[in-house]
Amino acid sequence: MIGAALQALASHWRRHPLQLGTLLAGLALATALWSAVQAINAEARASYARAASQIGGATLDVLEAPGGPMSRARYVALRRAGWQLSPVLEGRTRLGEEQVTLLGLDPLTHPPLPAFEAAMQADQATLAQMLTQGGLLLASPELVSALKDVPGLPPLRASDSVPPGMVITDIGLAERLLARPDQIDRLLILPQQPMQLTPLDQLAPDLQRRASRAGADTARLTDSFHLNLTAFGLLSFAVGLFIVHGTVGLAFEQRRAMVRTLRALGLPVWLLAALMLAELLALALVGGLLGLGLGYLVAAALLPDVAATLRGLYGAPVAGGLSLRPSWIVGGLAMALIGTLAASAQALWRMLRMPLLAAPGLQAWAQRAAQGDRRMALAGLGLIAAGIAALALIKGLIGGFALIAGLMLGAALLLPPVLAALLGLGRHLTRGPLGEWLWADTRAQLPGIGLALMALLLALAANIGVGTMVSSFRLTFTGWLDQRLVSELYLTARDDAQGAEIARWLAPRSDAVLPIRAAEFTVQGNPVTVYGVVDHPTYRDNWPLLDRTPDAWAQVNAGQGVFINEQLARRADLWPGDVVQLAPGWVLPVAGVYSDYGNPTGQAITALPALLTHARAVPNRRFGVRIVPEAVPDLIEALRAKFDLPASALIDQAGLKSRSLAVFDKTFVVTGALNLLTLGVAGFAILTSLLTLWSLRLPQLAPVWALGLTRGRLARLELARSLLLATFTALLALPLGLALAWVLLAVINVQAFGWRLPMYLFPLDWLRLFLLALLAAGLAAALPARRLYRLPPSELLKVFANAR
Amino acid sequence: MLARLVVILALALLAARPAGAQGFAGLGSTAAAEGFATPSPDTRLSFPRDHGPHPDFRIEWWYLTANLTGPDGTDYGVQWTLFRTALALGEAEGWASPQIWMGHAAATTPQHHYFAERLARGGIGQAGVHSDPFEAWIDGWQMAGEDFDSLRLTARGAEFAYDLTLSAEGPLVLQGVNGYSVKSADGQASHYYSQPHYRIEGTLTLPSGPVAVSGQGWLDREWSSQPLAADQTGWDWFSLSFDSGAHLMGFRLRGARGDFTSGTWIAPDGSATPLAPGAFQAAPLELADVAGRQIPIRWRVTLPERGLDVEVSPLNRQSWMGTRFPYWEGPVRVTGSHAGRGYLEMTGYE
Repeated sequence: MIGAALQALASHWRRHPLQLGTLLAGLALATALWSAVQAINAEARASYARAASQIGGATLDVLEAPGGPMSRARYVALRRAGWQLSPVLEGRTRLGEEQVTLLGLDPLTHPPLPAFEAAMQADQATLAQMLTQGGLLLASPELVSALKDVPGLPPLRASDSVPPGMVITDIGLAERLLARPDQIDRLLILPQQPMQLTPLDQLAPDLQRRASRAGADTARLTDSFHLNLTAFGLLSFAVGLFIVHGTVGLAFEQRRAMVRTLRALGLPVWLLAALMLAELLALALVGGLLGLGLGYLVAAALLPDVAATLRGLYGAPVAGGLSLRPSWIVGGLAMALIGTLAASAQALWRMLRMPLLAAPGLQAWAQRAAQGDRRMALAGLGLIAAGIAALALIKGLIGGFALIAGLMLGAALLLPPVLAALLGLGRHLTRGPLGEWLWADTRAQLPGIGLALMALLLALAANIGVGTMVSSFRLTFTGWLDQRLVSELYLTARDDAQGAEIARWLAPRSDAVLPIRAAEFTVQGNPVTVYGVVDHPTYRDNWPLLDRTPDAWAQVNAGQGVFINEQLARRADLWPGDVVQLAPGWVLPVAGVYSDYGNPTGQAITALPALLTHARAVPNRRFGVRIVPEAVPDLIEALRAKFDLPASALIDQAGLKSRSLAVFDKTFVVTGALNLLTLGVAGFAILTSLLTLWSLRLPQLAPVWALGLTRGRLARLELARSLLLATFTALLALPLGLALAWVLLAVINVQAFGWRLPMYLFPLDWLRLFLLALLAAGLAAALPARRLYRLPPSELLKVFANAR
Repeated sequence: MLARLVVILALALLAARPAGAQGFAGLGSTAAAEGFATPSPDTRLSFPRDHGPHPDFRIEWWYLTANLTGPDGTDYGVQWTLFRTALALGEAEGWASPQIWMGHAAATTPQHHYFAERLARGGIGQAGVHSDPFEAWIDGWQMAGEDFDSLRLTARGAEFAYDLTLSAEGPLVLQGVNGYSVKSADGQASHYYSQPHYRIEGTLTLPSGPVAVSGQGWLDREWSSQPLAADQTGWDWFSLSFDSGAHLMGFRLRGARGDFTSGTWIAPDGSATPLAPGAFQAAPLELADVAGRQIPIRWRVTLPERGLDVEVSPLNRQSWMGTRFPYWEGPVRVTGSHAGRGYLEMTGYE
């Protein structure tokens, strides 16, 4: 009996291979995008963890000075008091064209480090080379090959044990490369300490002991990025499940007669249910595996860009290679199984409760769904309200995403009732039987194609929302760059001495030489870079202030006030009128808040003399030079010749802007790709819906044909109907997309990056998207329309012959 | 006291295993000696200057061992050592200094052997030596005083600490010929002098609590650039103090081409007589399993010209220094023709 039942069940798929293909494709697409995003996230997180372990001392407590680096003498004094500590100096610097994190350690006192051990294993002279004149830089093989032609660098050694984007070297060499002589950022407290020690809070009450946060900083910075990706993955998954739901529903409906027959032959209903469940799970497994393969390919294609983004934006060490993780495979398959069950539960349930002798109307499915319009509208409104409530209750990123989820799902549920209302309206406005039939027939189709239209709505809205966000961001960013990068030339000297020499040389040859000097401080436990500026109109006239006190610039130039960037202002809730403590004994009122889209961390600006009083050994290597733009190329030539500066040390304004924009664009490559893929899935959903509806609709078309409408006319009407529905959906997607853009700009961005962006509208982009949606709908309808056009009249006649 | 070559981090400092092919801890390598000064028999030592460091030479040490007794008659041993190694010639301020310092400290009881190790860069003040007034230090460990005759010695490990005062009760002793000590038939040598006459008082702190201790100490100073021949892979080194007031320093260098032995006999008045190669003889009597190796922990030591025939046995057989370059170093008892106490060091046993 089981064998026969299985055969009967399988016969359906044999007769409907396209349906089977659609189901598998839907499953595969849903799983693919979801698991691609998961693979990317897992790879990035694994990179962070690996980097934390490679940097070493991940479990050790750390001693830090709250006001920036401490002196070497401080370290030696604590060592001589018996404490076993190891110094670390760390900084971002540019080597050639590469922005790297330079980690300076003392190899003699540092706890075992995989990079050192491996290098020493390979060559016993490594340590001596590291500690003597020439020095040695350890970096990943990729970074070594990128740096190998940079002139003037110490010898490089490739090591797989160094995180990507990082250079590990002796602290003495790091002092020179970072131009931070005599500075130490933190001291690792080594595990084994001698007896009879004086406690640290007596020896060094001003230093703070804290638990290790190796990798924690990266995780905090990149969390929002990964959450973003996950949300996108989930959206694609949901869109994919619409396809599955549609095809499974149809397949079950078409098998009603067979189910009735099987049960009449004595097959117990529980056994039938179990068999169908097993069938579904087998399909889910196949589709899931296909999706995993596809997802792996997508992830491998996207990962290099993601890695570049994470490195460029956050300095997070992520390798570009993808590895296959068992947990990822299991997770992806589980997601496929759960998704299939969720998408088929309704159909399965209905099948089980179907009375044995009920009339086998194919329409039942479609008509019953139509009755739920009012309930769906209510549920949709409820979801939107719940999303708004979630944002009010759960502050932060999660709340923001909850709002987006509520908004999107709610709007999707509202779509069929709204479309129904629109179609009803259209019917009232139409005269003549054909027009009335067309509106009414479209309305009748709605339940069958509704889910596909929902998918289209979501994909379009996501496109509009994310596109508006990215374009607004880019416009703001470009404007901000124009404001912020005022100097015509930016240069970096080799060291402080050369910096001073260059400044002297430039003074008579330019309108102004503006030193760019900064030191690290800690505000409310987070690192903040404090810049010291000289009093010059360049800043006063151009600095992009969002909010300020009336005499802001006078305050700051007198060292009596500080400007903070928007990220710091929002994170620490500091606004003009508040005071901020930058270091013990250094408290300044906030004179203004400026926009800063260059980095996710905190930043502040005050007068240079004030900075120099409170920070030790502030490097003086970077300068902005004001000069008429036409003179820049000659000045670059002259500087290069006179001071033997590498090309990377002299960057004109245009070069810096294009480099900044390139980083920006790279950041959103992934977003764009995922966006397009989602739209593709939605187009596919429409196609599958129309294809499955096609066979159901013959009994409805046959009478119209019999009344005299040609097949060609009918086919054109089919096409028009599809375009009409797509148009309505696209029009409805616009407000939803704009709402989404607003949430992204005003809620998500503030939480993720700490800045709020103005929203700009891009009607041309909408038009393009609208045409794209019509194209997708048109293409999806073309295949069934063509089939109708070519359909032998005998098939249409059969409808009457086989009247059920 | 060339035993102490242990140090030589030189080029293999953090390497897991010493390079046996080039002698223990790379001490037999010649290339590394390039550019460095070599010991000369014509050099005349001068004090207090030579208590300080000699950065022209590749390696150098300040090495104190002490045989101490508690109020209940329990014997203890204490070691305090500071090694200097130059990765390159010269000295510089800050991290750029090519000098590397390593400290070893140990406290031995009949039941336990505690030890600790410290590493430091030169040039930043974490470790170093001044000759006048004398101060040698690494981290919190110190050997310092107004002059070389009265010193305070401190060290702290995770499970032990000591704070001792040293007062010299006899003159400095120049080893070899005028402090020029030959180490192999090929002529490898070092500059070497000792102060074997310290009277010691102080406190030794163990996990069980502080113990008042007193006894005698022996300090060795030695510097060189290439102290071992290429084939020499280890040594057994004895510093013995007899109840009569006399002292004997003797060593056996083990090499592929045979052993090289030498030493110095120090009379109770401090006058020193160098021993001819081969005069000093030491033969293992018993091997013991220490840290997974077979180590000769009981010895028969003979010096026929002084009528000396004694047995040297350890206070604690497991006096193993599990440091980066591991070795056996601990207090010993002397019985036989002469009675006394002393220290034994053995390196290069795989």
